[in-house]
Amino acid sequence: MVITIDGKKCEFTAGQTVYEVAKANGISIPVLCHHEQIKPVGACRVCVVEVEKARSLVASCAMPAEDGMVVHTSTPRVLSSRKLSVELLMTQGHHNCITCESSGDCVLQDLAYSLGIESPRFGEPETYRELEQANEMIVRDMNKCVLCGLCVRACNEVQVNQVLDYSGRGPTAAVGPAFGLTYENSDCVFCGECVRVCPVGALFEKQGRFQGRANDLEKVRTTCAYCGVGCQMDVNVKENRILKITTPREGAPAPNFGSLCIKGRFGYDFVSHEDRLTKPMIRVDGELKEATWDEAIAYVAEKLGSVKKKNGPDAVAGLSSARCTNEENYLFQKFLRAVIGTNNVDHCARL
Amino acid sequence: MAGLATAFGSGAMTNSITDLGESDCFLITGTNTTENHPVIATFIKRAVTHRGAKLILADPRNIELGKFATIWLRQKPGTDVAWINGMMNVIISEGLLNEKFVTERTENFEALKATVSKYTPEYVEKISGIPAGDLKKAARLYAKSGASAIVYAMGITQHINGTDNVKSLANLAMLTGQIGRPGTGVNPLRGQNNVQGACDMACLPGNLPAYKKVTEAADRKPFEDVWGVSLPDKVGFTIPKIIDAAASGAVKALYVMGENPMMSDPDVKHVEKALKNLDLLVVQDIFLTETGNLAHVVLPTAGWSEKEGTYTNTERRVQRIRKAVDAPGEARPDWEIITLLANRLGANWKYASAKDIFEEVRKVTVSYAGITYDRIEKEGIQWPCPNTEHPGTQILHSAAFTRGKGLFSVCEHIDPAELPDNEYPLLLTTGRILYQYHTATMSRRSKGLVSRTPQPFVEIHPDDAAKLGIAHGDKIEVSSRRGSIEVFAEVNGRCDKGVVFIPFHYSEAAVNRLTHTAIDPVANIPEYKVSAVKIRKVA
Ligand code: SF4
Ligand code: SF4
Ligand code: SF4
Ligand code: SF4
Ligand code: FES
Repeated sequence: MVITIDGKKCEFTAGQTVYEVAKANGISIPVLCHHEQIKPVGACRVCVVEVEKARSLVASCAMPAEDGMVVHTSTPRVLSSRKLSVELLMTQGHHNCITCESSGDCVLQDLAYSLGIESPRFGEPETYRELEQANEMIVRDMNKCVLCGLCVRACNEVQVNQVLDYSGRGPTAAVGPAFGLTYENSDCVFCGECVRVCPVGALFEKQGRFQGRANDLEKVRTTCAYCGVGCQMDVNVKENRILKITTPREGAPAPNFGSLCIKGRFGYDFVSHEDRLTKPMIRVDGELKEATWDEAIAYVAEKLGSVKKKNGPDAVAGLSSARCTNEENYLFQKFLRAVIGTNNVDHCARL
Repeated sequence: MAGLATAFGSGAMTNSITDLGESDCFLITGTNTTENHPVIATFIKRAVTHRGAKLILADPRNIELGKFATIWLRQKPGTDVAWINGMMNVIISEGLLNEKFVTERTENFEALKATVSKYTPEYVEKISGIPAGDLKKAARLYAKSGASAIVYAMGITQHINGTDNVKSLANLAMLTGQIGRPGTGVNPLRGQNNVQGACDMACLPGNLPAYKKVTEAADRKPFEDVWGVSLPDKVGFTIPKIIDAAASGAVKALYVMGENPMMSDPDVKHVEKALKNLDLLVVQDIFLTETGNLAHVVLPTAGWSEKEGTYTNTERRVQRIRKAVDAPGEARPDWEIITLLANRLGANWKYASAKDIFEEVRKVTVSYAGITYDRIEKEGIQWPCPNTEHPGTQILHSAAFTRGKGLFSVCEHIDPAELPDNEYPLLLTTGRILYQYHTATMSRRSKGLVSRTPQPFVEIHPDDAAKLGIAHGDKIEVSSRRGSIEVFAEVNGRCDKGVVFIPFHYSEAAVNRLTHTAIDPVANIPEYKVSAVKIRKVA
């Protein structure tokens, strides 16, 4: 089956939306309340397109492609409707990009900029809502919320934690845990999925706040330090410091496809803890004293050598760690087997 | 993971994480998945809520996944062989077995049939406390679903008969042909991030990399060729035996890389005595651990975000870790330290990077041969991957088992080594919680995680608490024949009456002061899941 988008014939399979077909064919339609892992609801109307023979503009993210459809993605009618939608979203809240954590990585900011909205036609709301920042991990700034509902749907559909919901209507419309509870006092397990999918600066990580934003951060892809799921994540670094852990908003790889748990997303700060060991130590007169690497290696080598000589290689044993890399575990057992000459090597898998 | 290796020829997770999402029915046991493998739990929860997949939960505790369960079997701790045999009894007597699969792909079925014949649902109810009717329902659901997946973790293995528990699960999968296809399989979830890799790389006393045997000359030969030495042919000591040998003086020097046996081993007092008896204890770690405090030499290492390398996850996927920041002070990567030491002892190792080591791993490890740093730059690859054109393997045993035919094992129920009695009337079971990790050297130094679980606690049933005059939040002393610890009472209905649960992450209340050293004779895994304790309120 084929639809035509901006004059281009695009093949598609049943069930694909117009937005998906466009994307697969390199035609970009902006979206805000849409996410590839979440069922579309067509709430924000940022993704509208003109479909020939249809009376009104349609939300492309929720519209199934139909054979023979002819679609236009950037007619004046589309652009002016999109502009109006974005202006309304902007005026729903207080958007001060100057100090916003999401500046440089914000769907609303990008939309306003690309649509050339110098300042929205309508004024800002009078009420200003207090930020929720009591917990150590996630800050909620509902002044910047555009009510796209992605956090609610991610919590329910992706993580199936069933913590977030919608409440109120019109000017009192809001998202959050039931009964207006804070994250901390709700059943929230701080997986951070809501933070990941939030397209704006309404939900963000607390610890690195005011220390670096998208454009200052280098992302280093790595594997989680904790459990055996092996989630893929990006360590966000500025000047040799980890400011936060993120995952790609879309297009994230197996095995976790962008999801994490509290340990992966917020448990990274142990690496910079003041208790970190920084120098080798040797016990002298009952106490551990700092030593140079050369002294420490010489000491260990000498002792291992003499135990091996006097009591045989099997008087030496090694315990390795399921937290060390493959390379390190390989070398560790090679060391015990090939250099010391014993098979006394085990690790903590059984424990 | 000796049990699975016996049955299938490989101890690894048979299917994949993504693949779990395709399952029609889950049998989940001995894993509190939402807390210990939270992201895998999301695949299961989605399959249940969005696709209507069925979930059979067999767990003594009323864990979070219970909310998603079609059937919850609440077995008494330590009775797993009984209820699994019971399911097979139902399946055979109701003719729900997959005869074609049993005939073509397995051996020893008659022996299995004879053994499980006495485990009628009624007999099993007496042992396990699971109502006969529920067991029948569960058996039918598992056997009849298009694709059923078994998922388990330490709650199955940390028993005196843990190997039999695993073999029984393997029996169940083979009996019904629920293996070797998408959405099926027997899937152990590994606790720590690189348990699979540490096993693959042969930090095991009887194996060389890729599960070659140290006792076989033909297995040793390729390693002897590449490493240029002749290798020892006697199986070494497992952790519990290393500790015993240290205590007896047979082992004089112990090198510990990134591990904390003072916290993670059963019976901490025994471990302490053993470690103090050593002529040399070297501890290589990022923090000064409880074990480090007893060491003669402590070596500072680079942490997870400070070095290059690979981890292998629970689904056999080899993935990169990368250096993001510098290690503090003079700390250096573990591989560098071992290389320095080896060369000081006369070796001539020339590794200049983690990649150099991985290239050698590929050379000697068939299942890793096709994996290169370049190929896993963007996305990891699942072993076996024998050559660089091979895409990796998502599902094991699809055409044949690694060992050829699947082997049914005969397993009988045995009582746990220690059961409650008059003096110690409560059954203690241990485990992990969402907000902490293993011995907590990392997670207790993370602000966010600490903020969620500030105190060590014991979960206790409201009826037991009432009997002992204990209220939520009270300070409690928990004692066993081996020691006692102080924790705070968490009165809730998660444990059954007569059972208490304590997480093992806290050094000031190390639950392993209470557990005993009875171990599974095959896998050498300590029995953490069942010991007898008594509790009282601290005035
Ligand atoms: S949410 Fe986006 S638009 Fe609003 S202040 Fe932040 S960066 Fe600017
Ligand atoms: S952090 Fe996770 S559990 Fe908490 S509200 Fe967000 S998505 Fe839901
Ligand atoms: S908090 Fe973010 S994700 Fe949630 S509704 Fe508001 S803008 Fe959307
Ligand atoms: S993020 Fe959570 S589930 Fe994923 S690997 Fe880390 S600890 Fe495991
Ligand atoms: S993105 Fe389509 S309606 Fe919001």
